Amino acid sequence: MIVRILGEGQYTLADEHLRELNALDSRLKDAVDAGDESEFTATLRALLAAVRRLGTPLPADALTTSELVLPDEDMSLAQVSALLGDEGLIPGL
Amino acid sequence: MTSIMRRIADLFRLKVGKALDRAEDPREVLDYSYEKQLDLVQKVRRGLADVATSRKRIELQLTQLTQSSTKLEDQARQALATGREDLAREALSRRAAVTSQITDLQAQQVSLQAEEEKLTLASQRLQEKVDAFRTRKETIKASYTAAEAQTRISEAVTGISEEMGDIGTAMQRAQDKTEQLQDRAGALDELMASGALEDATLPAGRDDIQAQLDAASEGHDIEADLARMKAQLSAGPADAPALGTGRPATAPGERPATS
Repeated sequence: MIVRILGEGQYTLADEHLRELNALDSRLKDAVDAGDESEFTATLRALLAAVRRLGTPLPADALTTSELVLPDEDMSLAQVSALLGDEGLIPGL
Repeated sequence: MTSIMRRIADLFRLKVGKALDRAEDPREVLDYSYEKQLDLVQKVRRGLADVATSRKRIELQLTQLTQSSTKLEDQARQALATGREDLAREALSRRAAVTSQITDLQAQQVSLQAEEEKLTLASQRLQEKVDAFRTRKETIKASYTAAEAQTRISEAVTGISEEMGDIGTAMQRAQDKTEQLQDRAGALDELMASGALEDATLPAGRDDIQAQLDAASEGHDIEADLARMKAQLSAGPADAPALGTGRPATAPGERPATS
């Protein structure tokens, strides 16, 4: 499974780690829904740390579609909401 | 609602899917996407140049403010030596304002430096991906058959679209940071120009504190010269040593004090 951290790059993770990522991702979603900035920041950091700990970075010239894409560490709750709400943060094709 | 990380991934795929649906021939999407990538690489280079310019400006201001701080401290010492505690106090209070500006600027400079490094890395990565995309694009086009094109093109374009999303967010952040700093740098320039913050880069740096210090030390010099003259006269016409040179009288401070 390929996971991308925006602004950082892609990682390959074994499928068995998906459960751990999903648990953190559910917490992240709840924080976004509740508009809880501090919970969002803490959970996002934990999620990114898990991807870095469990995954192997892909080479820079690899060109592979990611199954999962994560915001980067510096993104605020508002920025992530905007990203999910419309496609404003992603340059058009 | 699906999870956050799946939804973001879906957004990229969705965009590519739409682009492919609109294209009469999927190969057009490859070419169009490549053009967009080249545009983005150009934009990133320009963006990086802007960030670097901003950083250099901040560094220049830091140098100027540091010189001001040193100069004001020297003036405070000089004022104390001539018994002008009021002047020393004024110089030190101005120095405190300058020091606080220096601290703020240093923090801003560190964060701008971090954005610049991130953007540099991201742009290098993007360049590598763009090169890889060009190779893959030509391969896909050369072996193009309608049956397999949609999937292969979709994968290639989605991969690069994610990469462009990466660089897009990095660019946005660096630009925001740069704009904040430019506003701040402009405000500092105005403060320096108004004299509210001492600008040590002005020629000769003659300010109101310096003018008063000079006036005070001139008095001392004249008294000292008179004392030496009297001593020489009473000693008779021997080889008189040269007189101490009093400072030439100067006009009052060239710039108004606005403290």
